[in-house]
Amino acid sequence: MSVAPRSLKTEPELALAEQYRAARAILPGSTAVARKRDEAFAVFEGLGLPHRRVEAWKYTDLRALMRVAVPVADPPGAVAVSASLAGADALAGLDRHRLVIADGHFQEGESSREALRAEGVEVATLADFLAVDHPRVLAILDTPAGAGEDAMTALNAAMATDGVVVIVPAGVTVSKPIEIIHVSTTAEATASYARSAVQIGAGATATLVVTRTGPLGIGYQANTVLGLSVGEGGRATVVDIAADGDRSQHLATFSARIAAGATLDHLAVRAGAGLSRLQGFVSLEGEGAKLTASGANMLGAKAHGDVALLIDHAAPAATSRILYRNVAKDQAVGSFEGRILVQQVAQKTDGRMMTNTLILSDDAEFAAKPELEIYADDVQCGHGATTGQLDGTAVFYLQSRGVPRPEAEALLLRAFLAEPLETLGDAALAEALGPILDAWLAGAAD
Amino acid sequence: MALLEIKNLHARIEDDGREILRGLDLTIDPGQVHAIMGPNGSGKSTLAYILAGKDGYEVTDGQVLFDGEDLLALEPEERAQKGVFLAFQYPVEIPGVAGMTFLKTAINAHRRARGEGDLSTPDFMRRVRDASDRLQMTQDMLRRPINTGFSGGEKKRNEILQMTLLEPKLAILDETDSGLDIDALRIVSNGVNALRSPERSMLVITHYQRLLEHIVPDFVHVMSAGRVVRSGGKELALELEATGYADYESDAA
Repeated sequence: MSVAPRSLKTEPELALAEQYRAARAILPGSTAVARKRDEAFAVFEGLGLPHRRVEAWKYTDLRALMRVAVPVADPPGAVAVSASLAGADALAGLDRHRLVIADGHFQEGESSREALRAEGVEVATLADFLAVDHPRVLAILDTPAGAGEDAMTALNAAMATDGVVVIVPAGVTVSKPIEIIHVSTTAEATASYARSAVQIGAGATATLVVTRTGPLGIGYQANTVLGLSVGEGGRATVVDIAADGDRSQHLATFSARIAAGATLDHLAVRAGAGLSRLQGFVSLEGEGAKLTASGANMLGAKAHGDVALLIDHAAPAATSRILYRNVAKDQAVGSFEGRILVQQVAQKTDGRMMTNTLILSDDAEFAAKPELEIYADDVQCGHGATTGQLDGTAVFYLQSRGVPRPEAEALLLRAFLAEPLETLGDAALAEALGPILDAWLAGAAD
Repeated sequence: MALLEIKNLHARIEDDGREILRGLDLTIDPGQVHAIMGPNGSGKSTLAYILAGKDGYEVTDGQVLFDGEDLLALEPEERAQKGVFLAFQYPVEIPGVAGMTFLKTAINAHRRARGEGDLSTPDFMRRVRDASDRLQMTQDMLRRPINTGFSGGEKKRNEILQMTLLEPKLAILDETDSGLDIDALRIVSNGVNALRSPERSMLVITHYQRLLEHIVPDFVHVMSAGRVVRSGGKELALELEATGYADYESDAA
């Protein structure tokens, strides 16, 4: 990565440096962790906020978009947490385990750690985990492989206050989804940094729902990182729900390592507003590993939404299927960047990436950039992108059956957005996600 | 009173200004079945689309009255709700919208327009089952997304199913026989004939006489160069089958 040398720091960069110096003494972790945090912050300081000349952040020029660095949140009170959660359940009715992280701090009282333990699933808080003096502990603060030097994940490593470390032992099938919910509770704009890891053992099966939410009208800033690994023959389903407030800034990073014969089905449902970015680094590192990564990406009002995925085929005969559906309306700006990298060793790779976008207003913008980078010679790979408007013939067909135009358009938009949900192969979960699409579409009809 | 009255209709394609309808007159009374025949390019399908309200056409002169009301002033969905149904020559595939969802949405849109409440699910299921059985449609076809992956015959049966459930006053069948083998043609025609009633009129657009052996019209009109150039009884169709459209095509030129 080539970054032009710069000497001037922006106001937010200076403020972040100040915040790190103030937080250093109270951030959790051993001496080794503290050292690692210093290193991570040095990486952030060296790079500064990502800007448009940093290729990976081309569509989210944070240096221009992030005007202030708001103060880091204090641990919230129990009342504020339960009040925030009450109004923030996008999946009402879905039976699941819950792990609640509010303003970057794990909330024991709102979480079902005991119920998970009863199923054989171990859950530690990040704060407790970092206190243990062990090399494996330090690895949780590493920047995901494939991310190169990434300023914002490094900043998260430096500043991470809490999170969860979930271990599903080999062979265990978790009976219901585990939700990790990130919620912002403060009435003033605050910043939070949560970092979590989920390890799914060999032959184990688990469904994970990661939800990010917060109030309307408040410019909170969240930076969350999740590292996932799926052991040999294991099976993970991950639903990533962005339901943040309209003034928020949420930078979310996930990484996934998929072992031989293991499967990851990842689905992003993005109906949040404000400034949001989901960056994912997935490594198919075992023979025959399988990935589906799908997204229903809804952008309205003045939202800025960016999805950036790197799919690294690092072993033979692995399969990847990427399908992102994007809808942009009003003055929303969005982008999808997806890269399938096929390493030389990854013969017999089967990779497909498709992104389809509907642009519903003159002022909305969307950039799609699917890429293939192939170093093996015996592979099947393809990518495609389409951009357009709703199919007028289909709208007319529905109208000609008496369906009013707005209803016809909503029906078609819903169908367009629902297709990625079907890739989950979990009908109950897909159905529970439906109301998120409906709520956004109901707003879209305004 | 006539159900449909088309007077001196002139229309052109918006994009290129090409005039397709050039003074078309047609009157259909309740309960009558009219067939429109004519060579390719005579404007038959354009007439169907203009009656249903498709974008992309500009009416430059003339009038269309439906039940005495100016049809052309209405949105496509309003025309449908008032009883106009177009069975498409090429029914549209809509991936992602389940057939049943679509049927229910359409039926309830009609009911709401009449000030009625939504149909209960058991009532809806019963109606669909009755109608689909008659058209030899499987439950699997109904569960699939609208027309997606359907054969030509399945698509046409699906059109007649919708027509059966929506109970229009005027059914316009645009080349419903195209793409049908003889068995499918019989099933579709039986479906249409079952809907003939003193309260329902039909406008059957076809290039071939074959369909009219199954759906026997009261009147046959020949269209050429955007106008009705000849009208008669059902025997006119047989005459056309014998002589072809050559006479009418040279007229047009």
